Order: sequence, then C-alpha cells, then structure tokens
Amino acid sequence: MSPLKIKKGSTSHSAYNLRPNFSDVIERHTLAVLVENEPGVLARVIGLFSGRGYNIDSLTVAEVDHTGHLSRITIVTSGTPQVIEQIKAQLGRIVPVHEVHDLTVEGPSVERELAMFKVTGTGDKRVEALRLADIFRANVVDSTLETFVFEITGAPDKIDAFAELMRPLGLTDVARTGVAALPRGN
Amino acid sequence: MTRKMTGAKMIVQALIDQGVDTIFGYPGGAVLPIYDEVFQQNSIKHVLVRHEQGAVHAAEGYARSTGKPGVVLVTSGPGATNAVTGLTDALMDSIPLVVLTGQVPTFMIGSDAFQEADTVGITRPCTKHNWLVKETDKLSGVLHEAFHVATSGRPGPVLIDIPKDVQFATGTYTPKKPSVSHYQPPVKGDMNAITELVEAIETAKRPVFYTGGGVINSGPAASQLLRELVEATGFPITSTLMGLGCYPASGDKWLGMLGMHGLYQANMAMHDCDLMINVGARFDDRITGVVDMFSPKSKKAHIDIDPSSINKIIRVDIPIIGDVGHVLEDLLKVWKSRGRKTNSEAMAKWWKKIDAWRSIDCLKFEQKGKIIKPQYALSRLEALTKKYDRYICTEVGQHQMWAAQYLDFEAPNRWMTSGGLGTMGYGFPASIGVQMAHPDALVINVAGEASWLMNMQEMGTAMQYGLPVKQFILNNERLGMVRQWQELLHGERYSQSWSESLPDFVKLAEAFGAKGILCSDPDDLDDAIMEMLTYDGPVIFDCLVEKHENCFPMIPSGKAHNDMMLAGVDTQGVIDAKGSVLV
Repeated sequence: MSPLKIKKGSTSHSAYNLRPNFSDVIERHTLAVLVENEPGVLARVIGLFSGRGYNIDSLTVAEVDHTGHLSRITIVTSGTPQVIEQIKAQLGRIVPVHEVHDLTVEGPSVERELAMFKVTGTGDKRVEALRLADIFRANVVDSTLETFVFEITGAPDKIDAFAELMRPLGLTDVARTGVAALPRGN
Repeated sequence: MTRKMTGAKMIVQALIDQGVDTIFGYPGGAVLPIYDEVFQQNSIKHVLVRHEQGAVHAAEGYARSTGKPGVVLVTSGPGATNAVTGLTDALMDSIPLVVLTGQVPTFMIGSDAFQEADTVGITRPCTKHNWLVKETDKLSGVLHEAFHVATSGRPGPVLIDIPKDVQFATGTYTPKKPSVSHYQPPVKGDMNAITELVEAIETAKRPVFYTGGGVINSGPAASQLLRELVEATGFPITSTLMGLGCYPASGDKWLGMLGMHGLYQANMAMHDCDLMINVGARFDDRITGVVDMFSPKSKKAHIDIDPSSINKIIRVDIPIIGDVGHVLEDLLKVWKSRGRKTNSEAMAKWWKKIDAWRSIDCLKFEQKGKIIKPQYALSRLEALTKKYDRYICTEVGQHQMWAAQYLDFEAPNRWMTSGGLGTMGYGFPASIGVQMAHPDALVINVAGEASWLMNMQEMGTAMQYGLPVKQFILNNERLGMVRQWQELLHGERYSQSWSESLPDFVKLAEAFGAKGILCSDPDDLDDAIMEMLTYDGPVIFDCLVEKHENCFPMIPSGKAHNDMMLAGVDTQGVIDAKGSVLV
C-alpha cells in the first residue's frame, strides 16, 4: 500500500501503514493531482507550495475530463520523505482536490515531457545538429537557412541529454512543457 | 422547492435555512443590497461592530462558545482586508466561520475600481476555502456548500465574495439539501489502529493523555467520552491551551495545561511518559519545544481528523485519522470488550511520581505589600466567579497564560482565546460574540491594557446591544510578554515595550456610558470584583498590577520539558544563542 494515498470520500483509507522513513535523503517524486476544474484551483496548489516552502521542479496542468469538470495537475517535487508525505497530505486538504497519487511509490509509471529547441548555426554545426536530432528522434518543426526548431518528446533525462548536446551547436532557446505522467498497466 | 429571487434575498434566505440567528457585520457600498434584505426581516439579528476585525473575532467568540459556525458580513476592499487577521486566527485555531464579502460588480472586476480588492486572492491562504460567485443562479448552492465545508472535517473559516450585480440580479434559489459535495472527510478511525492503541493502553506503565482543541471541536459528546475514558483507565490528562475545559479542572486526573507556560507536573509527565495519547492536538511548537528532546522515551498515538497533522512535527507510532468523538467511542468499545485492562501496579507508581511533581506547586506565589500581583488578581477572580457558569475570553500575552494557569474550566466551550495566531485585540470582540450567544451568562475578558486597546472601539458595540461584558484588565503599563522576553534574551533592554499615554480607563468607560472600576490595592480587590460582577452592564475593570512580574513556570526556548524555569529563578543567561532565534 502506498504511504498515504488520500482519496476523498473514502472511509476505508487508513494511516495505519503510514510509517514513513524519516531520513534526510532528498527524494524526487512525481505527484498526480486530480482537481475540480474551477477558477483559482491552480493558485491554491501553487500557493500551498510557496506558502509552506516546498519545491516545484516542474508542473503541468490541463483539463482531462470536460464532462466531469476535472483537471489533472502533474507536479514533480523534491524533499525528504517526511516533506513528501506532508506535501501529499496538504494537497489532500485542499477542498477542490479529489485525488492525490504519488506515482513514484504507487508502482511503475511512465513520464514524458515535450520540449522545443531552437538551434542557430551554419555549416558543420548545422549538419551535426540535424544528425543528432535524428538519433534522438527529434522532429524539425521549423527551419530557416540559419535555424532549426526541434521538437522532442521523452523522459526528462533524454531531453536533458539532448539539450547538453545542442548547447555547443548553437542552442539559443528552449521551451519545455514539464512532465506528464501516468501509472503503467491497470 | 426552488424559487426565484434576487441574490441579496438568497443570501438572507440561505442563512435562515442554515439556522443562523446572529450575524456580525459592517455595511458598505458593495453590500447595500444585502443590508437592504437584512433590514426587511426579523429572523436574523445583525450586530453592528465598529471595525471589521471586531466582526470576525466576535463571530469566532460566538462559534467557540456555541459550536455553531459564526457568520460575518462585510463590504468589499477595506471591509474584506480588515477581516484578514480574524480569518487567519480562525484558520489557525480551526474555528468554523462563514464570511460574506461584497465585491465590485462583475463587469468592473480587474479595473482597480473604487473599494476593489482581489479578496479571494488575498484570503486564499487564510481560509479553508473561498469562492467568488459570478452568477446568481450558483449563489444558493455555494452558500450551502460553504456551511458544509466550514463545519466538516477540521473546521475552519470560509469566505464567499459576492459582486454587487450578482446581489441585484434574480436567479433560482435551491434550498438546503443533504450534501452533494465531494468534500466528505472521513470521521471513523481505522479499527486496526484503534486496537493497536488499546493494546498499548493495556500495557502502558507511564501513560498520559495529551488533549487539544480537537476534542472541543468534535462537540460536547467527545468531551463526555474523554471523561469516561480518563476515569475508567485512571490515566493522567493534560491539555493544550485550546483544549481547556474538555476535562474538568476539578477532576483528580487533571495535571493542568502543558507547554511553554504549562504546569510542571504536566510537562514532566509528557517528558517521562512511555505512552502519549494525543487526542485532537497538533504538536504545536508551544507544546513540543525543541522537537529532538520532546518526550524521548514514549510511544506516541495521535488521533486527528486532519491527515496533514500526522507526522508533521513529531513522528508518531499509532496514527488514527478520524473525528475525536467517533474514535473515542470505538476505542472505549474495544477496550471494554477486551476486559478493561490497565497495568494497575505500574499506574500506582506513576501516580506517585506525578504527585511528587505536583507537590512542587509550580503556581505558588506570595501576595505581599500593597501592589496587586497579577496571579493574585486572577486567583481572586477565580474564587469569586467559580459558582457561575462563566465564559472567559482573553487577549494575548502574559495575562493570557496566567488566566490559563489560575482559572479553572469545568466544561468545554467556556474558554475563548487566540492560540495559534496569538492575536492581540482578539478577546474584547470575542467576548461580545459570546455574550450575544449567551445573553444571560457571565462573560469576562481577561486582558492586558496593551492588547485591549487594539480593539477598544468595540465598547460602542457592547453599549449599543446592552452586552454586560466584563473587561478585566491586568494593567502593568507594559507589553508584559515582550518585556519578559527582553529581560530573558536581550539584556533587560526594554525596547518599546511599555504603554505610554494610557487612557484613564474609568473615564473611558464613562465616556461610552459604561462603568469603570479602578483597583490598585489588594485589600480592595474582592469588593471591586464583586462590584464588577453585580453591575448590570459593560464594565472596564482597570486592575493596576505589579509591573515587572514574569510569567512562570516557563520552558525557555531551546530547552526540554524537564528543564523548566520556576518562579524566583535568575533570568539572565538562561537561553543560549540557539534558543534565542526561536520565537
């Protein structure tokens, strides 16, 4: 069982197995938060993180269920196990929050991020950028005689690696969406 | 049965449907339609305060003394921003409030209109939840939901921001119905965890109940169950500032309040116990002191309705998420069905130890000479008001701690004090709210002169509604607690901590048409208090007390529970550099 999977309206959830490891090691967790899609709900979530001094490494949000009026917020955060437990419990307290899932501990999950890179250059560097983009399965979505805009999708590590390679080749602009994540299987 | 009506009428209708009898407020441009509806009905009493902060504290006093949500109605902009301190106070102490604010019309929002403020933005971190209602058709649903959210789970303040055009427009009113809200915090605790706690109770050698405001918030039934449990097990019980009254001070298992200015026996028992049963308290820093040294040898159980309270400050061994009343009921059932066992041999030893700590008599003081000691003033107040079913409010500071130490509480909902936020200026308006809810009861606000001046404008309210609130001011012409900390921490350099240019409180009372009593002689004190009690109307009691009295016992910052300062000790160099950064 997950350390603290808070599901609103359920009476079966118990903190009985809640025995977090109070270590000082900083862990990175990906949280999926299902919220009522109403004005200000994102401000509530962000305000919680800033007000209580928690970290946001990345955050994505979009409506996922139009009829059910639900949005999904994916937050990548880092902290000690105690802080991570607090973050989840505090998120669960927000009234329009329906569910909080810690994808990092609730079993295997997949994480993907989309990024766009603008690379400016001519000659060999431009050829090398295109070749590396091919290896990373990045697509060219815009091109001029001196620039490419690459679109790349993948786990954050892969995008980091691609960014490192593009830097000496004339990387001028980066736009990243932040992580979207889902648990694997059923 | 739905009906068509204006937004303003809906608001009054929803309040009536929710059983509201009193609201505290102050009119202004953006709430005029609502005030027009308030004018045209007789079901709800409106109390006109003199400042919006007073309205919120009065509603808190009403809520704390009745268990029902307090309701506030204020205008946009400054009306809403003046309510912020009260909202934060209510959030910290888990007090259910429904605050209605007016807003500029929807088509003017964002234009920096007159008396416009981003009220939902400003109050988002200081409410449990808030709403901006932009359509009249949605208003009644939000109003009923607001009462549900304010009173369910861990209670707290909610706010509804209502633009003026929404108040004027006509829409469909939906009556109160069983909640369809997805917000349904569980109240029943996990039975496995409860059974684990029962096992711990059966074998504990040095147990202690550490109770808090959660018991009060759970309702009078929870206090009854707690009393039954304490009597049946014979375990000692202490309480936080917020929980005073959940177990009677006259009970023989009562150790007194714990914490920074708690009683010696309570803090020693917490430090040395082997089983700590936290019932509706939250390991506040006023209780724990330095967490590394907090009750090092104990197994800790924690009953709390809020999952985020678990393991927030102190790691606990047996967490039970649920409402105190429900959990205690199950706990008693399981413990009884397993044969009502406790380790009576060990308990006898434990009580012997506790009695030795009690014999220190940490609250003893000597009243000698012609200057009234604040402790003496409160002891006399206690003795002379014991027979009443009285309600006590306080401001914040030394007088508040002395009131908690020297006044005895026999029942829940009789003690209204600002705990978490520590709001000076809380007590006087709170006493007005209490007196509105209990017109015939004796309501006393124990105050310091500095705190009391922060919301003294409410004298007008007390007079207007004929509320016989007794303002018992321990006047030391100092910000006593600030002065005490400066003595302890800052080399006795008393920076800005004295009260200069104080009013003549007797004349001040008379200026409002109330009664003023000045007392400076210990020999006159009893008569003066009796005069206050017998006067039918508001009284300002100016009790001139010793100016340099410190509040003891005290756990100095950075020290453990078993390292308390008792009265009469040297105050210099007690707190080291590490402790001095703590507040």
